[in-house]
Amino acid sequence: MEFDYQITGGDFSSAGFASSHLKKILKQLGIQPRLIKKIVIAMYEAEVNIVAHAWQGWIHVRIEPQAIRLEIQDQGPGIEDIERAMEDGYSTASEEVREMGFGAGMGLSNIKNNSDDLEITSTVNEGTELTIIKKFQ
Amino acid sequence: MVVSDLVEQFGLVTYSGGEGMDRQVSGGYASDLLSDVMGNALEGQVWITLQTHKNVMAIASLKDLAAVILVKDHAPDEDAAAQSDAEGVPILGTSRQTFEMVGELYELFRAHEIV
Repeated sequence: MEFDYQITGGDFSSAGFASSHLKKILKQLGIQPRLIKKIVIAMYEAEVNIVAHAWQGWIHVRIEPQAIRLEIQDQGPGIEDIERAMEDGYSTASEEVREMGFGAGMGLSNIKNNSDDLEITSTVNEGTELTIIKKFQ
Repeated sequence: MVVSDLVEQFGLVTYSGGEGMDRQVSGGYASDLLSDVMGNALEGQVWITLQTHKNVMAIASLKDLAAVILVKDHAPDEDAAAQSDAEGVPILGTSRQTFEMVGELYELFRAHEIV
């Protein structure tokens, strides 16, 4: 099973829509609630990262018998220092985004802590790609 | 314990999501950082915050929280209240500041052995 979401940068009013849709599908598929909770956290943070940082992005969801794979790709500023971006508390979010309670530098670690595998590649001024894998076990 | 018990006990304002008054309460989480709540709050908890925008509801719904309590007389943004109504997850309010609200909730939850 595969499907796609398009996410618009800066559109905070729609943030969470894709995650909510994915949550419903995972429930319908009878995936264990504790796994759904983790997948939804990772998906939501990926979604918010696009909204908060990029111009636009796409999330391709692939549900396989043993695992779910989220392939996230955005056009945006990219990440200069991925290692630092992974550190808790480090963020390049704007003041406006921080005032909303985002940009606390916890998003990527939330993704890492709730997935089995996370790969990030990024090119500055072009965009960022994430692959998140969570096994159904 | 359900959400309406908290409304009654603490004289909370119900801004929206009145249909969710019978949602079970399993504890509380206090934070104004959205990723902190996303990563750490648990299903059935009430979320105490001063954030009033729509993303609060997105998180409350994704995390299956029992309700949101806004402190210091903050009222929800219109689109947040609309989503709260649509999903039946109440947004409540109090004039107390976070420290006081959390303290009173904690005392009540301890007395009922919820936390």
